[in-house]
Amino acid sequence: MNHDVFEKNSINLLVGILIVVAIGGLVEIAPLYWLNSTIEKVKGMRPYTPLELAGRDIYIREGCYNCHSQMIRSLKDEVERYGHYSLAAESMYDHPFQWGSKRTGPDLARVGGKYSDSWHVEHMKNPRAVVPESIMPGYPFLSAKLDYSSIQGHLKTNRTVGVPYTDEMIASAEADLEIQVNPDADGLEAFAKRYPKAQVRKFDQSSSDITELDALVAYLQMLGTLVDFTKFDATGPNLR
Amino acid sequence: MANSLALAGAAICAALGLVLIVATEDKVMAFHATLLLLSALIAGWAVIRRRDDADLRDQTKYFDGPIKVATIAAVFWGIAGFLVGDVIAWQLAFPVLNFDLPWTNFGRLRPLHTSAVIFAFGGNVLLATSFYCVQRTSRARLAGVWSPWFVVWGFQLFVVLAATGYLLGVTQGKEYAEPEWYVDIWLTIVWVAYLLVFLGTLMKRREPHIYVANWFFLAFIVTVAMLHLVNNMTLPVSWTGTRSYIIYSGVQDAMTQWWYGHNAVGFFLTAGFLGIMYYFIPKRVERPVYSYRLSIVHFWSLIFLYIWAGPHHLHYTALPDWAQTLGATFSIMLWMPSWGGMINGLMTLSGAWDRLRTDPVVRLLVVSVAFYGMSTFEGPLMSVKAVNSLSHYTDWTIGHVHSGALGWVGMVSFGAIYCLVPWLWNRKGMYSLKLIEWHFWIATIGILLYITSMWVGGIVQGLMWRAYDALGFLQYSFAETVEALHIPYLIRATGGLLFVIGSFIMAYNVWRTVRGDALVDEEDQPSSAAAPGLDTGPQPVAAE
Amino acid sequence: MDYQTVTLLSQYTALALFIGLFVAVLIYALRPSNRKYFDHAAKIPLEDDPDEHISRKI
Repeated sequence: MNHDVFEKNSINLLVGILIVVAIGGLVEIAPLYWLNSTIEKVKGMRPYTPLELAGRDIYIREGCYNCHSQMIRSLKDEVERYGHYSLAAESMYDHPFQWGSKRTGPDLARVGGKYSDSWHVEHMKNPRAVVPESIMPGYPFLSAKLDYSSIQGHLKTNRTVGVPYTDEMIASAEADLEIQVNPDADGLEAFAKRYPKAQVRKFDQSSSDITELDALVAYLQMLGTLVDFTKFDATGPNLR
Repeated sequence: MANSLALAGAAICAALGLVLIVATEDKVMAFHATLLLLSALIAGWAVIRRRDDADLRDQTKYFDGPIKVATIAAVFWGIAGFLVGDVIAWQLAFPVLNFDLPWTNFGRLRPLHTSAVIFAFGGNVLLATSFYCVQRTSRARLAGVWSPWFVVWGFQLFVVLAATGYLLGVTQGKEYAEPEWYVDIWLTIVWVAYLLVFLGTLMKRREPHIYVANWFFLAFIVTVAMLHLVNNMTLPVSWTGTRSYIIYSGVQDAMTQWWYGHNAVGFFLTAGFLGIMYYFIPKRVERPVYSYRLSIVHFWSLIFLYIWAGPHHLHYTALPDWAQTLGATFSIMLWMPSWGGMINGLMTLSGAWDRLRTDPVVRLLVVSVAFYGMSTFEGPLMSVKAVNSLSHYTDWTIGHVHSGALGWVGMVSFGAIYCLVPWLWNRKGMYSLKLIEWHFWIATIGILLYITSMWVGGIVQGLMWRAYDALGFLQYSFAETVEALHIPYLIRATGGLLFVIGSFIMAYNVWRTVRGDALVDEEDQPSSAAAPGLDTGPQPVAAE
Repeated sequence: MDYQTVTLLSQYTALALFIGLFVAVLIYALRPSNRKYFDHAAKIPLEDDPDEHISRKI
């Protein structure tokens, strides 16, 4: 090999580096898209309701992922503590994923339904009122009014990147968001049909306008409740 | 020509800022557009004011102005980043310190800390050292007239946009890649300019060989460009709004993110800083690198292997097993080139080991390499699936990261800054070697407190999570494991405080040196501490 | 392609690529004829300094 291939030619060096560093990523990332077995076939997954999506945005905005994972590993103690190990299918509509990397607080992948709405509301206002050992910050400011003027745009963007929102879902995004906090609303049936298993109630325990807390609690109460594990077959082309 | 291009660029940025201010309904976007407009106006004014400045085009001089700015910026952002880090460390010990306000809570401050130390502090150190090294080892002035200035100041604007965005709740929600789409685009423009300046300088070099440190810097620049582009493929909800959604979802997004995340470590925090090691250690101890051949093997194996290691962040998750196994295998193999590099750095001192005793800057550089060796041993260990099942999600990971970040990246950066400041400002050495000595010891004790408390805390946490009682039930509630970490968190925050104090000592020392105060211990300074030409021949004219 | 095949294929490809690259780099680094270039390159940082060197003949 000639001594000046890389020693003396900066462009050769640049191209050499690019080739060498491209290989690993290609081999590890590309097959995840064309291997059908990467994401399990499950029943029950649906796109987030507009309110849940707004809640998820708040979850991201406040950096909850810095302390909470949403990924139950296939280890005995984790399955006993948090529930069935997380499936790839359960985050297939997550842009971005929120698996997290640190558990300063507990995993939240299946937190939905574990606590009451009023527990969540108290906990967000002052975590130590309900869990004395907690080191979580308080979030009293989430009682602010939720700005959902652009929610339709959020659904549309999600559809463009691959979440199967229908035209109908996008057209009624704003109305659907309002319906989810109002069990007496007209159109409840159509909403429930669009978003099966969606929970409808005023989540923040107040009679105020729709708040950020409504959205966040709606999101948390949904987490991990969608997939029907009685119909999940783990014997398929198992990945783990 | 250069002037018109620079002015055109400034005019476009100003116009874009103005349009966004008018068009957007998003308050943060309006604020950031105002910052862009102001920066463009200042840049335009600076170009006009210095349009005929001959110094800017003097090809017989090195181009050190932008390096000085990056060096000072590194000291400034270093203190800011360490300080925020220590604040959030105290928050974990005493949650009342979150003050329950949006912009002071842990969730927003933690990305501010990580970005400030990695990108703002580390990035500026890399800008300064790579620009210094590439000019000297190429014997050529930096390419471009305004572009090196654009790279340095453009990077500071990126830092300000990203940091203020986090505090105001603008984030992509991907770790270490939190800046939103428009900040990402800005960084891309700055980074392309950086690559062009670096490559342009290599191309006009008068030394036929490309020195190995430049290989590492080049690999760092191009790979970070690739990682940044691929991991930030987002679609904005509105072109005048801050929020966007990434095109990847779930498992593919996770893989892409940790391919990015681990190589931010591998290429930003390792390859780039190895470039520093390969230039600054030989310069400071006045001996060539121990084995140039080893450095070449080190280089190619390191960059090939590192890129595969990402999946070890996703053991036992929903990522397919084949990818996990590949990630773990390559992470373990990575131990070899890492230690090859460590040995090469340490053995450069052979025959000059006394410098460890007499020169605290050499000690900083050497101890950093020792920490590099320690972290790159611990890393492969933690990527073994059985170990990872215990360590993952715990503070052990945080301890591991900081042994690399404080011990390796921090110490090697301090060493490089202490070398650079006298060389750039044409002084005979740093104002006080004694203060460097103090900085070294305070920082070292701080690091030791930090990593030992996090080892203990992390392992306790991991063991408590998986502990069963005699009846076969999980023994501890999660809240009990949180309580158990209070003391380790106190020790960690104290260690962090020492590290912060050390950085203030450095800032004071740098300030006195830049100001030109007489050195307090001139007789103790090694000859390599002085600016080139100062210790021997007649004083050269200072570079602009 | 089934799961097992992918697993094996990805691991063997990766290993083969690495061995290939490593052997090539070793040959490159250890070739006796490259020695003098490396010896020269190693000294670059030690003789590069003051501004005058930029215009000095090499």
